[in-house]
Parts: sequence; structure tokens; C-alpha cells
Amino acid sequence: MGELMLDGNAIAGFLQEVFAVEMTTAIGTCGGCGAAGPVGAVHLYRGAGIVLRCPHCNNVLAKIVKNDSQVWIDFQGIRTLELAV
Amino acid sequence: MAGTALRGRLTWQLAELVEAGVETPRVKTIVFDVPGWPGHRAGQHVDVRLTAEDGYQAERSYSIASAPVGTRVALTVQRLEDGEVSPYLTDELRPGDKIELRGPIGGYFVWEPSQGGPLMLVAGGSGIVPLMAMIRTRAAAGDDTETRLLYSSRSQDDVIYRDELERLSGNGLTVVHALTESQPPGWTSYARRVDAEMLAEVSPSPAERPRFYACGPTPFVEAVAESLVRLGHDTQAIKTERFGATGR
Repeated sequence: MGELMLDGNAIAGFLQEVFAVEMTTAIGTCGGCGAAGPVGAVHLYRGAGIVLRCPHCNNVLAKIVKNDSQVWIDFQGIRTLELAV
Repeated sequence: MAGTALRGRLTWQLAELVEAGVETPRVKTIVFDVPGWPGHRAGQHVDVRLTAEDGYQAERSYSIASAPVGTRVALTVQRLEDGEVSPYLTDELRPGDKIELRGPIGGYFVWEPSQGGPLMLVAGGSGIVPLMAMIRTRAAAGDDTETRLLYSSRSQDDVIYRDELERLSGNGLTVVHALTESQPPGWTSYARRVDAEMLAEVSPSPAERPRFYACGPTPFVEAVAESLVRLGHDTQAIKTERFGATGR
């Protein structure tokens, strides 16, 4: 499992494509444990889709599924997202 | 300053290969000219996209190896035997050929001379690439931030940028190698995997508040980050970038 884990840096391009702003420096707060940290540091698992987990409590922060024409994002575990505008 | 150059949607653009060079038996540096390249910060990466004749596309991320100079962007790519993208980049691509690329990408795993130090860089294998961009940026800027690099490779032949690292050493840069699988005769540096004891010996002390950048395969980065926390370093000062078989 450890071999498959990456971090938020791995989807920096995808996130910038979707949000039109650099997102790895955005600070997310976990809805599970309340820890806050940069998106670039969250744990990332790739399977049929992408799952982001809190590096502190392993809570699922978000799930992302995409195909050629659409993206589906579930932000179930992120309480707040703070970014420079 | 942060943020200003990073706004706006990413767009794919054509980049032309201008130069390729062998680093190690499995690793090549490929240099592209990217018209309109806005410049980048050390530690950033690009996404590369290849499209097959039948329309199938494969996309991978590669760290930028070069300091920002004009519209040239150097990537250092390790050939993965069963890879979809890296064998094409290292073996098939010829000067004059074009690929699709977008970037620069990322802002978290980034260092600029203005951020200061002391800087402690920890590299496992091709995890050296974004850290080399930091070392080159530091050298190009004539910056003398105290910088230490602990670089783990399997053998001496697998050490990427070996001569250049030797040349750049001094002026506040210290390079320490660990060779995990085989060592040349007379090797006096580390001959084992990076561990807490080694990190304690090479890193500045927690009191000096070093900034850490660790990059390598996931198990390597996990081990380094855990050791640094155990040694009493501030978790906020430890930046990590992991790569897997399909990534950087």
C-alpha cells in the first residue's frame, strides 16, 4: 500500500486545470481531526479514481474521478480550503 | 510575489527537444525549448502528454531539473522498463521532435534563494531532480545559503549529476553520498540506506531551524520524514514529494 501512496503534488497540474489557480499551497482543514495543512502534503492514492487522505488521521478528504470529458469531485472530508487570490 | 505568476488556466503547448544527454545507464536529461515559457521556480514540475496514432493519451509529471534560464526547460527522466512514457522520452525522442507539455506546475515543493536556509536536501535516486534545480538556482543566483545534500543511490554509477555536484560543492554547499547496494574500492562515505542516525549527523540541528526538502520513492520519503520528526525537527519545515512507478 505504501508504494502506491503519493502526495498532493502529483495532481498539481490537474487541480490547476480545474481551479485555474495553483492549489498545492492552498491550506485545507480536515473535517475529521481538524488538522490544517497544504494540499501538496496530503496523501494521495490512485486506483480507478484518486483518493486524498489526511496525513494526520487518514480521514478521506476528497475523491476524484475523471474521464475524457468530465470530472467528478467529492469533497466530503475537507472542512475549509484557504487559498491566495 | 507568490501567486502572481501562477494564476490562469494551464494550457498544453508544443515543446521541441533541443538536446539530450546521458546521466546514468537508466537516466537521461532532455532539454526542450518552450516558446513563451514564463520561467519557473526550483522544485516545480511539468506535465507531459503523449498521444498515440489511435488517439490514446498518456500523461506523466516530471520535475524540472534546470534553473530558470530563458525558454529552455530540462527534464531528467529515469527509464522505467514497463513505462508508457519514459522509454519514449529517453530512447525515441530526437532533437527537433515535439511533445505536448504544460507548466510550470506546483508551489508547495518549491525553494527560492529569498526563502533562505539553512537548507537540508534529502534525495533518493531520481528524487534528486527537483533538488538539483534548487542547487542550480542557488548557484546561478550566486546565493550562499548554507545547503547540505544527502543523496542516496544504489551505486556510484547510478549517481545522477555526479560531476556537477562535485564542481558546485563549496560556497556553502556540502554534498554527502550514501551508496546502498555497492561501493567503489576505498569508499569512505555512507554505505547503507538513509536512517535517523545519518540524518542527525548530516543535518543542521533542530536549533538551527533548517528547511527540509525530501524527494524520492514513497517508502524513502516516509522513512526520512519520520526520522526527522523523531529527531525533533519542526514538521512544518519538512516538505516532501513522493513519486511512484508512474510519476516523477
